[in-house]
Amino acid sequence: MKTVEEIKAAIEAAVPGAGVTVVLNPSPSAQHSLRLEPAHALAVAAFLRDDPELAFDYLSNVTGVDWLDKEIAEKVKVTRQVTKTVDGPEGTKLEQVVDEIVEETRKHVEPGSLEAVYHLYSVALRHGPLVLRMRTVNRTDKVELPSLTPVWRAAELQEREVFDLYGIVFTGHPDLRRILMWDEFKDYPMRKDYVEPDDYEYEPTAHDAVLKRAQEHRSREQGSRD
Amino acid sequence: MSVAETRTERSAGWNRPPAVEPEGEGELLEVAMGPHHPSTHGVFRMDVSLDGERVVRLKPVFGYLHRNHEKIAEGVAYLASMPYTDRLDYFCSLTNNWAYALAVEKLAGQEVPARAEYIRVILAELTRIQNHASTIGFLLQEMGASGTPLMYAFREREKILDLFESLTGSRMMCNYMRFGGCRVDLSSAWIEATKKVVAGLPAFVDEFEALLTGNEILMARCQGVGVLKPDLAVNAGISGPMLRASGVNYDLRKVDHYGIYDRFQFRVPLGDHGDIYDRYMVRVLEMRESIGILNQALQDIPLGPIMDAKAKLRGFRPKPGEAYGRIEAPKGELGFYLISDGGPNPYRYRVRPPSLINLTVLEDMCLGHNVADVVLIFGSVDIVLGEVDR
Amino acid sequence: MVDNELKIELGKQGILVTTIEELYNWGRRSSVWPMQFGLACCAIEMIATTMARYDLARFGAEVFRPSPRQADLMIVSGTVTKKMAPQVVRLYNQMAEPKYVIAMGACAISGGPFKQGYNVLKGIDRYIPVDVHIPGCPPRPEALIQAFMTLQKKIDGQPLTGEGRPRFLDADAQCEFPVPEQGAHDLEPPSNQGVWPVEIQGVGSRERRDIDGRQVSTDH
Ligand code: SF4
Repeated sequence: MKTVEEIKAAIEAAVPGAGVTVVLNPSPSAQHSLRLEPAHALAVAAFLRDDPELAFDYLSNVTGVDWLDKEIAEKVKVTRQVTKTVDGPEGTKLEQVVDEIVEETRKHVEPGSLEAVYHLYSVALRHGPLVLRMRTVNRTDKVELPSLTPVWRAAELQEREVFDLYGIVFTGHPDLRRILMWDEFKDYPMRKDYVEPDDYEYEPTAHDAVLKRAQEHRSREQGSRD
Repeated sequence: MSVAETRTERSAGWNRPPAVEPEGEGELLEVAMGPHHPSTHGVFRMDVSLDGERVVRLKPVFGYLHRNHEKIAEGVAYLASMPYTDRLDYFCSLTNNWAYALAVEKLAGQEVPARAEYIRVILAELTRIQNHASTIGFLLQEMGASGTPLMYAFREREKILDLFESLTGSRMMCNYMRFGGCRVDLSSAWIEATKKVVAGLPAFVDEFEALLTGNEILMARCQGVGVLKPDLAVNAGISGPMLRASGVNYDLRKVDHYGIYDRFQFRVPLGDHGDIYDRYMVRVLEMRESIGILNQALQDIPLGPIMDAKAKLRGFRPKPGEAYGRIEAPKGELGFYLISDGGPNPYRYRVRPPSLINLTVLEDMCLGHNVADVVLIFGSVDIVLGEVDR
Repeated sequence: MVDNELKIELGKQGILVTTIEELYNWGRRSSVWPMQFGLACCAIEMIATTMARYDLARFGAEVFRPSPRQADLMIVSGTVTKKMAPQVVRLYNQMAEPKYVIAMGACAISGGPFKQGYNVLKGIDRYIPVDVHIPGCPPRPEALIQAFMTLQKKIDGQPLTGEGRPRFLDADAQCEFPVPEQGAHDLEPPSNQGVWPVEIQGVGSRERRDIDGRQVSTDH
């Protein structure tokens, strides 16, 4: 199989302005991936499927990943003007403005995103995997990604599952409904910040985590009764 | 059909199920088959619209056994998910173990000693035989042959489960493989017992086939029913015996060369028509090939360690990165996708369930057939709900 | 009432002495038909129990009925998810009295290994009364047979009149149980207080009901 860099070059030759980036995978598996621009994803996917040298006709796996908002603390050196008292001539004190370099920690929040990951193989040429990724703009309101179901039917149920559990809205999906949870369900349970319903009432258990939740439940219930 | 023709059909949305027009006038009959239905192997629902006896629309409904395997696995250490994988496809716990161990071994770059690889092959092929036998038994049960084929299958299955139990301590939930090897070594007595069971298996398959393969009712009900075309099968990500029954030669044991399957001689049975009968036949032939692999593996199994000496069981923290590992499970391509952030738990843990994805084309296969055939077509897909919904 | 030893002695002579109650319960316990209803992994062990090796037919229970109307026993064999729980309660309501429930496996009892799941019901006895619990993951077929025999003993011991009589002979007993609704975040209500009287430590005791829905003493 071609390397990811070669595939990237092939894509860019075929789909102008596709904006593909290579995401390296440092683990021993060395399954590197390509990040697609959502706007061109469908064209790139169709190219990957139909190109005779690549022929990725088999979409194996579709999944979502939740990347939380990250608070990044950075140490930056800033120059500030500080007023200093210096000893002037003849014992007087003088106020003087000097430049000083101080270190400051700045925090900024890197917005998280939801990511859809696709694993492609080729049945015709028996190679793979090629990993494709797409990211949403954020985790709250701009969560649309193009659906690849028109290219690979295999994505149909799996994209529905990602929609159900992560809340990525796949535009162009023929039948985007909840698949695993019931229709009235409101949350997206696989997101990292999902809070489970509190139903650990009475738990004779050996699991510490469960026991802790049950105790929390009890103390809450007690509080509400007092 | 030429490629150009397929292209135009594709652009016309060929990969949607074709619409079947009702013949008569008036209302369609809406039937919800499931979640409690004797034919659904558990808790699965199909919302079927019927025009008389003919199916004109079929929507599968999932999730009645959604047990949050992935969410739980993201909260516990890598090894702690191993027993949960047993419960995915509860007919084949050992192949599930293998798929997960393979993914983690890819993620952490671990080697597996030769003896452990042999043990894995032996256990996986035993699993495949009992799974295919039970699947055919259930398929026949749904066809109305209540009892006999299933009894035969379970008689053989019990023998294999006894082997599993004496090795791993549990009949169904074996929890046997570890990252970089296996949990306990085989004794020579176990190998002898297995050889005995394997020696009896060809007679079982012969008996099974004598009962079924030439059976007129089976042929009448299965041939030409639920046909799946190879191009749609590939496009829809179908895997396992279902894909091969449609004539696509894609067996991960040959394609991915995982484990030590390269050392064994075996053939990949393929179907011609992609109907229920071919799926049945492919499974029977696969059982025979598995018996062949078992004979070779039991013959050549070497001595040696069963664990990678460098493998760490406690404090196992793979370096950041990700890996996708897949094997040819009895039901199809079972994959595990793991993302590590360097911690003791996986950041993302995903199971690629063959059972779920094989159901993508259920509607395509059922449209236009009678409602009684839906039960058969569904049975021939071979699903387990624990894996469909996870 | 004939005394037991005399009865055995007469039996040896070929004379059968019995009571209506014994005869009636003997008939009931010897043909408990389970519902053909599998939920998860435990269901496979349930099927294995009915197959040739373990042969549940010896206990008069080989006829698995697909319809709840014809079944006497519901074996909750596997994980009950929140999506499935309303259906399980509905099926139970549709069964005709006398009806019994075996909770098979850790999941049916308490959620088992999947207890921490957001979609897993932590025990079916939050919504319907359970007669026999079998621990195990999955319980072996022998354990299911043992549960079956326990249930038969229970049926045998039920008097036809007075306290402790089965529900279908008691006009006041509750036979139908409310079906939970699927809400936006969880099942509503999360449990049926009538059958799942949870004791919360430190909070005053609450009304309790026994398995047949009758109120029992409230102090502990
Ligand atoms: S108790 Fe164990 S075997 Fe039974 S359904 Fe639950 S997980 Fe499966």
